[in-house]
Amino acid sequence: MQVATFLAYLLAAALFIVGIRRLRKPETARSGNTIAGVGMAIALITTLFVIEFESLLLIGIATLLGAVLGAVSAQRVPMTAMPQMVAAYNGVGGGAAALIALSEFYHLQTGGEENIVASITVPLTILIGTVSFMGSIVAFLKLQELAFSGSVVFPLQQVINAVLFVGILVLAANAILDGSILPFLSPVASVVGILAASALLGVLLVIPIGGADMPIVISLLNAFTGIAAAASGFVLNNYILIIGGIIVGASGTILTRQMSSALGRPLRKIIFAGLAATGTGPSGGG
Amino acid sequence: MEQLLAQLAILVIAAFLGFELISRVPNLLHTPLMSATNAIHGVILVGGMIALAASDDVFTQIVGFVAVFFGALNVVGGFWVTNRMLGMFRPPVPKVKKRKR
Repeated sequence: MQVATFLAYLLAAALFIVGIRRLRKPETARSGNTIAGVGMAIALITTLFVIEFESLLLIGIATLLGAVLGAVSAQRVPMTAMPQMVAAYNGVGGGAAALIALSEFYHLQTGGEENIVASITVPLTILIGTVSFMGSIVAFLKLQELAFSGSVVFPLQQVINAVLFVGILVLAANAILDGSILPFLSPVASVVGILAASALLGVLLVIPIGGADMPIVISLLNAFTGIAAAASGFVLNNYILIIGGIIVGASGTILTRQMSSALGRPLRKIIFAGLAATGTGPSGGG
Repeated sequence: MEQLLAQLAILVIAAFLGFELISRVPNLLHTPLMSATNAIHGVILVGGMIALAASDDVFTQIVGFVAVFFGALNVVGGFWVTNRMLGMFRPPVPKVKKRKR
């Protein structure tokens, strides 16, 4: 059983890699997407065989709802609105990673099991996943021109970001060390705090960046979600999550760099747009 | 411990593989590649299924349910939208391919 699962996951990972390889050439790109999709189907079907039978109904309902919404939205979106749609799908992926980590942490805390690897990777997954989730939502709103148009900056923005990040680190340490740093805060409460702080951080990191730079930001957040998925693989002890997640994390990072150099917009300038844009005009409003 | 080390080894090697895979891609394919890798990290749905299956109280059930919903949205939306994007690449045949549902 274990061996069969492992081999099926390995096949799925191989198909992901072949799929990405074929996506590098226009002639083979479409088949590459199909091959990666087959790999995904194999990974999902394999998972159905290893989980409890009674939970299949709930899983089926949730999957069906998500699949129908995904198919309808993907079919209806106009070609010009593709980037924000990709941002939306990317965001929910990051959100899923954060929720999985939250659920697993709660499970470990109430079940009383000791798992040091999980308790370290849970805060990491929640941080990256939630930043990707909220950042993607902001990117979506910007491109759809619903909110945060142009470069939104306000005083002390960097200071607030830094405070949030340090707060997340303290809460993470508190969660890992079973509440010995902040005795009034239980590990589960700290993890929920990490979720809230990361959500705010995700918003604050993306609002200063102008709409013209959004495709590059979405690519970066795509890499983030990949890393979150890989981290959740360590939480759940699952190989396909680790492999699939980190391949996207790594290739997404390189892709982000290539996109930014192809568009002539240095990555560092984009990321630190909010940090430098206090006196000068917005670099890429639009 | 041994399992963790094996997982770390896989993590590092797969990361280098990911770096190598996307070296020197034509600009035309940047957006489809972003979209396709976006669909691939939808593999998080596997984790959502495992989390929901392991849930034994209302809180984890709700959280797991939303995670599976999000994951499925990521997978189906991601692959579908990439396929539509790539369908525009071939001038002679887009009519037939676009109409497919």
